[in-house]
Amino acid sequence: MTEVERHSYDVLVIGAGGAGLRAAIEAREQGLRTAVICKSLFGKAHTVMAEGGCAAAMGNVNAGDNWQVHFRDTMRGGKFLNNWRMAELHAKEAPDRVWELETYGALFDRTGDGRISQRNFGGHEYPRLAHVGDRTGLELIRTMQQKIVSLQQEDYRDLGDYDARLKVFSECTVTQLLNDDAGAISGAFAYWRESGRFVQFDAPAVVLATGGIGKSFSVTSNSWEYTGDGHALAMRAGAKLINMEFVQFHPTGMVWPPSVKGILVTEGVRGDGGVLKNANGERFMFNYIPDVFKGYYADNPEEADRWYSDPNNNRRTPDLLPRDEVARAINTEVKEGRGSPHGGVYLDIASRLSDEEIERRLPSMHHQFKELADVDITSEAMEVGPTCHYVMGGVEVDPDTGAADGVPGLFAAGECAGGMHGSNRLGGNSLSDLLVFGRRAGSGAAGYVSSLTERPTANQAQVDEAARAAVEPFGAGETYENPYTLQSDLQRLMNELVGIIRTEGEMSEALTKLRDLAERARHVGIEGNRQYNPGWHLALDLRNMLLVSECVARAALRRTESRGGHTRDDFPKMDAEWRHTLLECTLDGESVTVTPGEQVPMRADLLELFELTELEKYYTEPELVEHPARTGAQREEGAP
Amino acid sequence: MSTDTGVHAPPRARLPVSTLRNDRWWVPQVLTIAGLSVFVIYATVRVFLQQNYWVEEYHYLTPFYSPCISTGCVDGAAHFGRFIPDHALIPYAALSLPFLLLFRLTCYYYRKAYYRSFWLSPPACAVPEPHARYTGETRFPLILQNIHRYFFYLAFVVTIINTYDMLLAFQTADGGFGLGLGNVILVVNVVMLWLYTLSCHSCRHVMGGRLKNFSKHPVRYRMWTRISALNTRHMEFAWISLGTLMLVDLYIMLVASGTITDLRFIG
Amino acid sequence: MTYKGHFRIWRGDEEGGSLEDFEVEVNEGEVVLDIIHRLQATQAPDLAVRWNCKAGKCGSCSAEVNGRPRLLCMTRMSIFSADEIITVTPMRAFSVIKDLVPDVSYNYTKAREVTSFTPPEGLGPGEYRMQQEDVERSQEFRKCIECFLCQDTCHVVRDHEENKSAFAGPRFLMRAAELEMHPLDAADRRDDAQDEHGLGMCNITKCCTEVCPEGIKITDNALIPMKERVAGRRYDPVVWLGNKLFKRGS
Repeated sequence: MTEVERHSYDVLVIGAGGAGLRAAIEAREQGLRTAVICKSLFGKAHTVMAEGGCAAAMGNVNAGDNWQVHFRDTMRGGKFLNNWRMAELHAKEAPDRVWELETYGALFDRTGDGRISQRNFGGHEYPRLAHVGDRTGLELIRTMQQKIVSLQQEDYRDLGDYDARLKVFSECTVTQLLNDDAGAISGAFAYWRESGRFVQFDAPAVVLATGGIGKSFSVTSNSWEYTGDGHALAMRAGAKLINMEFVQFHPTGMVWPPSVKGILVTEGVRGDGGVLKNANGERFMFNYIPDVFKGYYADNPEEADRWYSDPNNNRRTPDLLPRDEVARAINTEVKEGRGSPHGGVYLDIASRLSDEEIERRLPSMHHQFKELADVDITSEAMEVGPTCHYVMGGVEVDPDTGAADGVPGLFAAGECAGGMHGSNRLGGNSLSDLLVFGRRAGSGAAGYVSSLTERPTANQAQVDEAARAAVEPFGAGETYENPYTLQSDLQRLMNELVGIIRTEGEMSEALTKLRDLAERARHVGIEGNRQYNPGWHLALDLRNMLLVSECVARAALRRTESRGGHTRDDFPKMDAEWRHTLLECTLDGESVTVTPGEQVPMRADLLELFELTELEKYYTEPELVEHPARTGAQREEGAP
Repeated sequence: MSTDTGVHAPPRARLPVSTLRNDRWWVPQVLTIAGLSVFVIYATVRVFLQQNYWVEEYHYLTPFYSPCISTGCVDGAAHFGRFIPDHALIPYAALSLPFLLLFRLTCYYYRKAYYRSFWLSPPACAVPEPHARYTGETRFPLILQNIHRYFFYLAFVVTIINTYDMLLAFQTADGGFGLGLGNVILVVNVVMLWLYTLSCHSCRHVMGGRLKNFSKHPVRYRMWTRISALNTRHMEFAWISLGTLMLVDLYIMLVASGTITDLRFIG
Repeated sequence: MTYKGHFRIWRGDEEGGSLEDFEVEVNEGEVVLDIIHRLQATQAPDLAVRWNCKAGKCGSCSAEVNGRPRLLCMTRMSIFSADEIITVTPMRAFSVIKDLVPDVSYNYTKAREVTSFTPPEGLGPGEYRMQQEDVERSQEFRKCIECFLCQDTCHVVRDHEENKSAFAGPRFLMRAAELEMHPLDAADRRDDAQDEHGLGMCNITKCCTEVCPEGIKITDNALIPMKERVAGRRYDPVVWLGNKLFKRGS
């Protein structure tokens, strides 16, 4: 039998990004002994990459803003597929969560009257994003990291031990959730990356806050950690994933040089005059204005160029069409052979603005390209292409508590939870999502633990099996698969066949190939020992990536419409019948099953926040018969 | 150097060499030693020379002898009286020179320069220092570096005196207005002395840096902002002002000794 | 342009180790971390390296390239010539775990010793009012990505293991300065900075500033202002005399 280090906690938080840290703070403040487990060092989580800001309707810059407006923007952004209760809680609670950060020591940029400044962003009606320059995510992470330190200092004062009630296990990877015979969570099985030694955590509640799945795509803005661990752990424990077909691709990520592949190029470049060109030097976006936008966008370069200086008398340039449209256009250009040498298109600002102007208006972009790519954007065009950015899908949870459906003791928050953003997330809503639902999941877990009369106990056979499975790659035979090769094959497959534009044929092919990859993954092998062995770590992460990728492909194949982050070439229109349908992924033994489920209808008072004419674009007729504009009833806005 | 401390301490990555830097990291240190040595030698020689510090005709007084307060000072050069004994080992400007020396000696920039170059602590970034023990500025005498601020106050006063000397030099011996190359050099030197003195870190602190809320002290915030901008070039001013000090002194010495004649524009 | 690059990478653990030579393909536009990744995928699958964002924002991939503390993801191959041997070692101020991965727990220990942000009495969430000019100084320090390169290069601990207990390092002295300059923080960290965190050990030789990938002016804007604040409290003869005469602070 393997030697296993053992710890006991009330609440186990997996992931130390924004959602995980906020959940841990909440659980600890409610008096529970809490552990945070994270794959990286404490404070390095992917949240640091968030730049723009944290959306919260504080109304500091425009007093007209309130939670109802934010709620409406969020639902529109998600094409009404969002879990409306989550969107409601999010819009209502985000301001409190942001203000709370100030009491932890956060220093946001300020307005003239000393309040938190807020900036404009795509899809938000008012300036709404609390920010610190372009490093808001770092501020969030650091603030909560330092709040955790301050709680630990309290414990040191009171109990003589910093780790008495809140401990961070960094560079520790969970490979398996443990449950008792009734299916309730009883803990987690993990290994220390540093030593390879196993750890068993006994805990009646687990909060998953593991982030996204973007590392399964070859061009991505996500780090190595984004291997869908939480998604996979939840499925294996019996939970459901929803909305997995919705993956957000940002149209302009860097594609070359390789060192920066996938890193975002802000929309501001196009806003300030940058234009997209193909290999022939043509401004191709004029060929891609969809019918619904005809009349709103300029159809020739001359008018488009005049728009920058005279927006009232000219139509805006199609370079600024919605993200999915631009991403699709770039994709087509590349597929039809008019791409740049490295599979992107050109984003040209150098020939459009003077050197000084570029440095003044786009300092961070100028710096980013100079430092990372040795490219001077004042003299050469950038090569850009769509990059995998965010997954809208995740564990189906109870909006109020974050409790995963069907698995007592399992909670999820942040990117690995599904529902909040529907089919497409608005910029800025992700940081506020972390805070609002991180806190709710922490509180939900605390409530659950306190209500227990008896703690679920670990199942020894399950622990032994987890230990066996974890060392499997060391026992590969003479010939074995290289995990790095497998990973890059998987990434290419997902990018090419289940990427931004999807068709039935390609996705069926993807599923076949995924099966082959899964088979090859069984024979993955590694060199060396268990001490800090990245090959081994990747071999274990691959299992999660493969499982989650299959969910994405299966759900995407099933949804025969285009909506938000899911674009079907063979079903290019949005279909109102699909709006109230959620695709649920579950794991049945070894196989992934996708089943359609019904979306809970929106509460009447929330539905009334929208004009009927707008709802008619998204809803089926029978769903709208209750709307007051139909029944003639009069209600005040926001009344229950 | 012990081999089991610092980068060679056992739990650290075992490597046979102390540094893997392959650039010429010692160059700045050599230049610093050369520069500071030239100044120290020149200044020492000049201070004890006790002649050729005053050009009566154009009222040029070298800063190395200002304020000239020894009974040995010539009549016109002593603007503030003569009250210390004339002795070969007592500089004529014995009241100001020690403080100017201490101001520069405790200056945050010069500290960096000589700790690195003369004391090799460290010789360069990521190059091990050759000392077995290190306590920094926690003990006597280095703990006295903390009173830099008071030398700043005194240096401020001396710089005012230097400015006064510079202004006096616009009056020739016959009472008329005069302008020569000597005046130009004196002005440049005084400007550089002010830039060095005002860009001092202690100055930045007392002018506004010590405040917690700038918004409640808009005037001091403005001063702090200006001084902060100068402060980023403190090192530059430290070197340039050393150079102008030597230049102005050398020029006045050469004119006073009759080796060269001042290039006159007016008077 | 593709060429065979010559790399010399430290491999081993706390028991011992050595520099190993590798020949590996280098392509245009790559950074040192790309080369390490290529080594993992093709020649040394168990070569340990810490990394995350690969965009200079998380501060994970700190190491030493040709003896200089650097982020591997921000060190472009174009700064080296094609025939140059590039040596990569773990940070040498910390003990090593394996290959390029050091044990950075010293930093987390020190982080816990600085008194946290102490909220002002009587101000609730949403009631904080601060002007932009009042938060800007601390905001500069909050750009810190905690790569610990400043801690690595600081000779106080790099060259003197025994100083680690008494010295918090530039990163955490800067944290103390950040909170001292926070317009609404209610605590006083000046005595702690000198007595507990070893501010006096700093001889302002500026290596921390030199290696900071975020370009934070650690020495000029954090450490020296902190020294001045401590000087004002502890080494000011006028204040000292005043305290003696009027028995303040007793």
